[in-house]
Amino acid sequence: MATPALGVARLIGRLVLGSLAHLGRFAALCAEIARGFREWRVWIPRTVTESANIGAGSLFIVILISAFAGAVTAFQSGYQWQTSLPLYVLGTLIVSTVVLELGPVLVGLVLAGRIGARYAAELGTMRVTEQIDALESLGRSPASHLLIPRVLAGVIMVPVLTIIADVIAVAAGWYGVKQVLPLTDSDFAYGARAFYRPFDGYYSVIKATCFGGAIGLISCYMGFNTKQGAEGVGRSTTAAVVASSVVILLLNAILAKILLN
Amino acid sequence: MIELRGVKKRFGEQVVLDGVDFTVDDGETVALLGQSGTGKSVLLKHINGLIHPDEGIIMVDGLNVATLKRAALAELRMRIGYVFQNGALFDSLDVFENVRLGVSDETKYKDLSFCQARVLECLRLVNLAPEVARKFPAQLSGGMRKRVGIARAIAGEPTYVLYDEPTSGLDPVNSDIIDSLVKRLSDELSVTSVMVTHDVRGAFRVADRLALLSGGKIVLQGTPEEFHESELESVRSFLKRDFETPEAA
Repeated sequence: MATPALGVARLIGRLVLGSLAHLGRFAALCAEIARGFREWRVWIPRTVTESANIGAGSLFIVILISAFAGAVTAFQSGYQWQTSLPLYVLGTLIVSTVVLELGPVLVGLVLAGRIGARYAAELGTMRVTEQIDALESLGRSPASHLLIPRVLAGVIMVPVLTIIADVIAVAAGWYGVKQVLPLTDSDFAYGARAFYRPFDGYYSVIKATCFGGAIGLISCYMGFNTKQGAEGVGRSTTAAVVASSVVILLLNAILAKILLN
Repeated sequence: MIELRGVKKRFGEQVVLDGVDFTVDDGETVALLGQSGTGKSVLLKHINGLIHPDEGIIMVDGLNVATLKRAALAELRMRIGYVFQNGALFDSLDVFENVRLGVSDETKYKDLSFCQARVLECLRLVNLAPEVARKFPAQLSGGMRKRVGIARAIAGEPTYVLYDEPTSGLDPVNSDIIDSLVKRLSDELSVTSVMVTHDVRGAFRVADRLALLSGGKIVLQGTPEEFHESELESVRSFLKRDFETPEAA
């Protein structure tokens, strides 16, 4: 008779084996991508097209979210403000908050939903309708045709969109804080520059690059390994968004620990 | 020549192929028959290396497909045209780009004027008008999608063409058109063809030889006459549905 302990052991065993299988397949996909880099004539033009697509397609939502995030940061700073501190510190606070954290993480999470879902759904549909098999049967590499352009587009465009988001959010914060506190432009600019280090900008871009890579790899992996028709595509898409978001939060903590301490 | 010896394949607990021996000589057309779910498409995918066998040998052009390195397999696949059951056309590309992808020689693929001529030639071979080249797969009927799939498969001038249920889901008129097309392409292009089907009448019309897959094994491989004369129960019961019902009616 199966005891509860045996049931728990079986469950843990299944989870461990399932995780190892995922790891193995993920490593195989990464190896496939690495091999595909030799076919640069195939992936370079497709990467340019893919980058343009996700860049232009995501620009509006990134501008909208960063503008609101910057403005809300400013309003909350105004609400919590203590009169004993000089007002120019608000410039430091808003720029640091946006560049170090809000810009890359918000853009990463939004794009995990937007392009992660798109990649997983596209590749998943191609898998279940045998389009990926068709590509292979034509002697063409799915890595150079489908995977590398998508992963690289994420690696290139997430940092670009993050820089845009940083600029928009700081501008919105600057404008917003002036609506709630008697802060002058020169005070804000002084505060923004006073404690700003060039590394902060690099840190923002490094994080965004890692997030872009994670979104691209995870969503391509989920889509590429889709099974069982339309339901499978739905599962892959949801899994791609959830896994990308979780990995972004994990990477955020890891990179903060490594690069800021 | 295509030769499968002792090919076994299982998915989990389900044994799909249980020691398949199957040969196709150069220039002939062989129809692979069998009921739905017997592993015909799985067997076909073994031939161009989309699925690897658990056991057995698959020789195509003297090469063992299962042990080929990636580059050699890609090169071999360029000599094998594959027609998928549902077309498997790239839905984000128009018909021209779909068929162009079938041009396996990279230098020729980059040559736009060559590709334009080749795509139109392939569309003509499958009885499609040149205007179809600018349409997207979603704008085509089922029969047209199948024909574009065939055009893509022959665009690279392959030595072998594998057809996976080319007439499934089509009405009798379109089925006849596709069958005639398969026959004509085999004759005109001198390709070696394997056609997976459960349409017995079409298979008898098109194929030089037939093979019946049942219970994970090829139970009979021979000419249409040998099939008609066979006393095997699995062969008789399979043929009975298609050859006796119309007479009874």
